[in-house]
Amino acid sequence: MEVLKIATAGSVDDGKSTLIGRLLYDTKSLTDDKLKAIERSSKQKGYDYLDFSLATDGLVAEREQGITIDVAHIYFSTATRSYIIADTPGHVEYTRNMVTGASTSQAAIILIDARHGVIEQTYRHFFINNLLRIKNVIVAVNKMDLVDFSEERYNEIKADFQKLVEKSEYEDQHIAFIPVSALKGDNVVKKSDSMSWYKGETLLSHLEKLDTNDIYNTGKMRFPVQFVIRPKTEEFHDYRGYAGKVYGGDIKVGDEVVVLPSQTKTKIKEIYFNDKKYESASRRSSISVILENDVNVSRGDMIVKINELPKVEKQFTATVSWMDAMQLVAGSKYVLQHGVHKVLAKVTAINHKIETDFSGVENNVSALNMNDIASVSFQLNKPIFFDSFKENRTNGAFILIDVQSNNTAGVGFIE
Amino acid sequence: MTEKLHINALENEAIYIFREVAAQFEKPVLLFSGGKDSITLVRLAQKAFYPAKIPFPLMHIDTGHNFPETIEFRDRLVEELGVELIVRNVQDSIDQGKVKEESGRYSSRNMLQTTTLLDAIEEFKFDACIGGARRDEEKARAKERIFSVRDDFGQWDEKNQRPELFDMLNGNIDLGQNVRVFPISNWTELDVWTYIENEDLEIPSIYFAHKRDIFVRDGLIWSASEHVYKDDEELVEERMVRFRTVGDMSCTAAVDSYALSISEVVAEIRDSSISERGARIDDKRSEAAMEKRKQQGYF
Repeated sequence: MEVLKIATAGSVDDGKSTLIGRLLYDTKSLTDDKLKAIERSSKQKGYDYLDFSLATDGLVAEREQGITIDVAHIYFSTATRSYIIADTPGHVEYTRNMVTGASTSQAAIILIDARHGVIEQTYRHFFINNLLRIKNVIVAVNKMDLVDFSEERYNEIKADFQKLVEKSEYEDQHIAFIPVSALKGDNVVKKSDSMSWYKGETLLSHLEKLDTNDIYNTGKMRFPVQFVIRPKTEEFHDYRGYAGKVYGGDIKVGDEVVVLPSQTKTKIKEIYFNDKKYESASRRSSISVILENDVNVSRGDMIVKINELPKVEKQFTATVSWMDAMQLVAGSKYVLQHGVHKVLAKVTAINHKIETDFSGVENNVSALNMNDIASVSFQLNKPIFFDSFKENRTNGAFILIDVQSNNTAGVGFIE
Repeated sequence: MTEKLHINALENEAIYIFREVAAQFEKPVLLFSGGKDSITLVRLAQKAFYPAKIPFPLMHIDTGHNFPETIEFRDRLVEELGVELIVRNVQDSIDQGKVKEESGRYSSRNMLQTTTLLDAIEEFKFDACIGGARRDEEKARAKERIFSVRDDFGQWDEKNQRPELFDMLNGNIDLGQNVRVFPISNWTELDVWTYIENEDLEIPSIYFAHKRDIFVRDGLIWSASEHVYKDDEELVEERMVRFRTVGDMSCTAAVDSYALSISEVVAEIRDSSISERGARIDDKRSEAAMEKRKQQGYF
């Protein structure tokens, strides 16, 4: 079955948990025991409606403080497909978590409280969805019940958001607007009786119709080698399979390819998935390939088509989203993991900090703190084989690992 | 060699994770309980490394209170795969005085497994332990990473987890630390069952409806067995039941069922209004039972 991953973004109290709870409730994804637990807990707290946040907040500290600390994953399915919602909190460590949640998502829901309209937080949410190049963005204007289901108010918010969209450089992005009331259930799964002026789809039917062929950003085929399979058994004495995941485009038997960094030219001889051979495989397949010639390939190498070479360089500039409590400063060194390839990287310069509300850049920045986004230049000890993030979402991204703590300290999007 | 490969997104993600484990760690091990999730893991590992054998051993932490059907199944599967099976017993940890057996009405060896597991990790110097936990199972698990780092004491620091971005899995650790790896993090119970059905995987017989001596306590169906504490007033009866999870006898409750085949099990789960862990006695101890166990080094 197809799986669609969605990131949700919203500020504190704009009803994100309620919206997710409503989706689960109206698709009958909440089991009796979970529903009972929610009812019991809501009653204990003296609420007169069901507090769906209890379905998503998993840690003791979260329930105690009534806040979401970490990215939570929520699962539900319909007859059409399975959904995974990466629910990210809307407060302090917001940027870090939102970037994380969005990195594995193909669609995003941005929530706006109809009473407050487009606020500064909305700018940030949209900015991150842009930065991460999320192709499908759904703007859910929530709490319509509290503005008397007013078409005028909805259109006002829509127009305000359109002004934001004009600042975006990501032209292929699809943006849909839906007026909802998560609390009352209007236009989430069921069509609203109170907003007959709205002729569009409900949130769920919009999600159901997103074309799964179209939700992934495509580009040139990239095959980073993860692992070399050498069975060393009598039956498969000379077998040498290169295991990895296909990105960007299709791979076919007979494709003329180049192995990087050795620049060796060869052809794809066989494609295996488990014990079966296939003529071709599409992006996101975890396959093994056998090459025509006996060439030396190891983990971190990359197989690409002969006339589709990526950049092979030791220096580049990237937009970095910083996620660690330890600051990033010029001159510091990190392990840079690009896909499955690890190299050493030195920060040569912090060029400027980028404001996440589309207001521009800040020059002369000496250090990056957690949640900062900035343009940073790097020097590597060995070349990596990359595309710009705009051309290939996976082959244009990397993480920075702190050499002392081993923590994933930041993520970069190559310009 | 005819057609284009059609992919199952979750399966391909899991295979990718298995290959990252084999590439990034020196001594991985697959934690095998004989349950449906670990059976699924074994199948995925086979696919990830075909035609080579699975490049790490399996390990079972045996409480001694397992269902005999599960143990019999485990031994048969390991023989077919030709992989090494390591078994470490909770009974030994009890005999060595490292843990104390619980007593009374809700006694279980489930919690005691943690000590045996941590000792085994130290004994074999495992740096990655692959487990079948899924995020949809339980709310603390919903927050856990695919590569989840544990400190020297096996503890999970839930508030300080590494962000996981795109497909990139950071397996860098210090000496003494280890990583718990969850390749089927994003699968639901139904995904697992559908996979078992499609792949035609064999599973222990207790997953299918069978006649069993049971008694009812707190609305849950408990197995009547020498390993399960029972009051004299608690009446034993025979019922058609099956199990949705395979844990210890003392922490796994049965459900009423007439499902005799995988397709009937799948149909039953599709219609079920009770969650999988709704029949886990160990989770009923408190709202945060799983989170507490995880902090201490549980699976």
